[in-house]
Amino acid sequence: MKNYILKRVLNLILMLFAVSIIIFLLVRLIPGDPARTLAGEHASLEILETMRKKWGLDKPILEQYLIWLKYAFRGDFGQSILTHESVLKEILQRFPNTFELSVFAMIFASLIGISAGVISAIKRYTIFDYTTMFIALFGVSMPIFWLAIMLVLLFSIKLNLLPTGGRISVYYSIKHITGFYLIDSLITLNFGSFFNVLKHLILPSIALGTIPMAFIARITRSSMLNVINQDYIRTARAKGLPEKTVILKHALKNALIPIITSAGTEFAMLMGGAVLTETIFSWPGLGTYIVQAVNARDYPVIQGAVIFVALIVAIVNLIVDLVYAYIDPRIKY
Amino acid sequence: MKRILLLTVVAVLLVSLFYGCTPKASQPVTLVFAKAGDAVELDPADVTDGESVTVMNNIFEGLVRYKPGTTEIEPWLATSWDVSSDGLSWTFHLRQGVKFHDGTPFNADAVVFSYERQRDPEHPFHKYGKWEYWGYCFSEIAKTEKVDDYTVKITLSRPFAPFISTMAMFTVNVVSPTNCEKWGDQWFAHPVGTGPFKFVEWVKGDHITLEKNQDYWGEKAKIDKLIFKVVPDASQRYLALQKGEVQGIEFPNPDDLSKIEQDPNLAILSQPGVNVGYLAMNVGEDTPGFQKPFGDVRVRQAINYAINKKAIVDQLYKGTAVVAKNPIPPTLWGYNDAIQDYEYNPTKAKELLKEAGYPDGFKTQLWAMPVSRPYMFDPQKIATAIQADLKAVGIDAEIVSYDWGTYLQKTENGEHPMALLGWTADYADPDNFLYVLLDSDSATVGSAGNIAFYRNPEVHKLNMESQKETDQAKRIELYKQVQQIVHDDAPWVTLAHAKQILVFSKKVQGFVLYPTGDYHFESVTISQ
Repeated sequence: MKNYILKRVLNLILMLFAVSIIIFLLVRLIPGDPARTLAGEHASLEILETMRKKWGLDKPILEQYLIWLKYAFRGDFGQSILTHESVLKEILQRFPNTFELSVFAMIFASLIGISAGVISAIKRYTIFDYTTMFIALFGVSMPIFWLAIMLVLLFSIKLNLLPTGGRISVYYSIKHITGFYLIDSLITLNFGSFFNVLKHLILPSIALGTIPMAFIARITRSSMLNVINQDYIRTARAKGLPEKTVILKHALKNALIPIITSAGTEFAMLMGGAVLTETIFSWPGLGTYIVQAVNARDYPVIQGAVIFVALIVAIVNLIVDLVYAYIDPRIKY
Repeated sequence: MKRILLLTVVAVLLVSLFYGCTPKASQPVTLVFAKAGDAVELDPADVTDGESVTVMNNIFEGLVRYKPGTTEIEPWLATSWDVSSDGLSWTFHLRQGVKFHDGTPFNADAVVFSYERQRDPEHPFHKYGKWEYWGYCFSEIAKTEKVDDYTVKITLSRPFAPFISTMAMFTVNVVSPTNCEKWGDQWFAHPVGTGPFKFVEWVKGDHITLEKNQDYWGEKAKIDKLIFKVVPDASQRYLALQKGEVQGIEFPNPDDLSKIEQDPNLAILSQPGVNVGYLAMNVGEDTPGFQKPFGDVRVRQAINYAINKKAIVDQLYKGTAVVAKNPIPPTLWGYNDAIQDYEYNPTKAKELLKEAGYPDGFKTQLWAMPVSRPYMFDPQKIATAIQADLKAVGIDAEIVSYDWGTYLQKTENGEHPMALLGWTADYADPDNFLYVLLDSDSATVGSAGNIAFYRNPEVHKLNMESQKETDQAKRIELYKQVQQIVHDDAPWVTLAHAKQILVFSKKVQGFVLYPTGDYHFESVTISQ
């Protein structure tokens, strides 16, 4: 197990290295340079030259990369061209927002997705099964922004239950300790803010969780159907175990592996930030941050953020693999 | 047991839905304004984006300012100024008894610090900024000196009358030197000025909170708190306004405007800003994109007659702009209203083309920006409309586009025969349009602001005269002549001046629109 983790970590370092080279070259291949983009309609060669020099863009690409690498090893991803802020600091400010939303979206997706999948499998070829799978198909193919706007129209405007967007109402304040609003408000025993943050999480979580939910429901159903026909399930039933125990303990646990794989992948994808959901719900997450950086050709930010996201995705994948071993004792590393 | 636990959790969650729906009663008078984007920095000298500027308008002040709602200059932190007869040295007499929000007294030292840190590469604070706008608009300033505690002398390298208009820009707002020393390179996130509102908090990507400056030297703000909330999606801003989560929004979706007009609780404020969207025809024979037909004034006039500007403004700008007949907008002083615009007249266009020797038209390219700009929301659609109008008079124009940075570079190189572009003025002075966009000085291949490469010696002479002339009435006359010549020579099709549009709840009163697009909230009141 220890060896396995060590090997994976080494792999991860190599992978980050490769990603850094690719992204470094890629951002420089997008036409349009940061100085030009920032200056807009203002045309002055001297100013553009000064800017390029200041950001080191006048040096050969290899030299630029080595300088960047030297600092990156010390955990310094440089400064944003646009805002002057440390890139790492900005990423760490936004990451908790994305993480909190992703976790809630995944809770929503897993709870509903797994339940719907299990019930569909048990009640195969009934009206419930057809309806659920139709909704799941609909969920996978639905444009998120449309769903998001419909949710806001219904729950915020018509029913007036939930806010239209944002992390927290401007009338509440939160002391920033960890950056995770729910945790921060709990630590400071600020329950008003806690519930307010919770309310702000509901609609974006549903919007963001719908596609993973539909996905999980479909995988759960097929995986459960596979398991239900196995001999050990028949044995369990023959032993006279209650149907609930058979389904939840014997069948579901064995059906979990593919579900966890797909849920893990979905979760990792959410962590990269969800541009549409973030834009519609005014959610200051990683997705909009990266898009802004690409539009402004803010090289240090694009590089830093992409590597950060790659790291997170790799870590989530590693955790998923380790969880296998826990769920299925036959898997050994 | 498990069930009871589950039920409790569900109950708590449900209760939380309704908990704290309304703000508490003893709240300070707060205005929440929804912005399309977050500020980038809060150092007035180091920003280039409107989202930062509109926040800082309320925190910082300059030596002069625009009279509310106009483009006229009035004294502000300076009570008066004198200009030497050669137009080179400007002496400003500063207002006494003004303090920054951190208690630092406002005086000549603060002014010298604010300007010299941008100009002088040796200044200890120069390294903390990019200072782009200093390069764009203040390169005439040779130095800023303290004469005494309340007098500052600014020396220019050449006589430049628009200088006084540039002094109303955010770039030369005065900042607290003590505060800059305290924060060093992080100062841009902790702004301290002399304005009617004080900075409280900035949650990046989410909101910026300001509060009333109780010790303000002038008339104090009427609201206690001002919050700029970031809501990137236009429809969401409108929904949040409808729901009362915010009391004002910027950049509403043009499609929502008719609905907003019918809403009895909302009020639309709009007026043309100091901007222009235009179609430039390349007349520069030394540029790679030059095509012979555009060298003939009759062809350029024909194109002016061929394009249905009103249809473009009505259908593509969706009423969020006014048709432009001059390069400068009607809200700017010096506007020549006597000019008769080219009317939409395809028959006349065809006649002119025939006269010029192109009875069957010709083949050309029409370049269009890939991005939405404040002066042109949908350049690609506008290009398609122009393409169709030109086709109707026989001109076959292929639409060409590049990414934004490359587009700018290539148009500055003059690689286009015809290109769409526009301009939002940095400061409210006709010079910032007529010199920057249409003077021969600005038509250098490779770094052209004048992408029509229009080089009329008469225009240049008038522009130069006006830069030296400090008498405003005379300058107005000179600029009116420039506009007439440009109209007759027709290097552009002036398309539109985009309107600045804000929507407020009817409870909010007293907001004044500035043609420059500045937001000042000190005069705003909210009725309960």
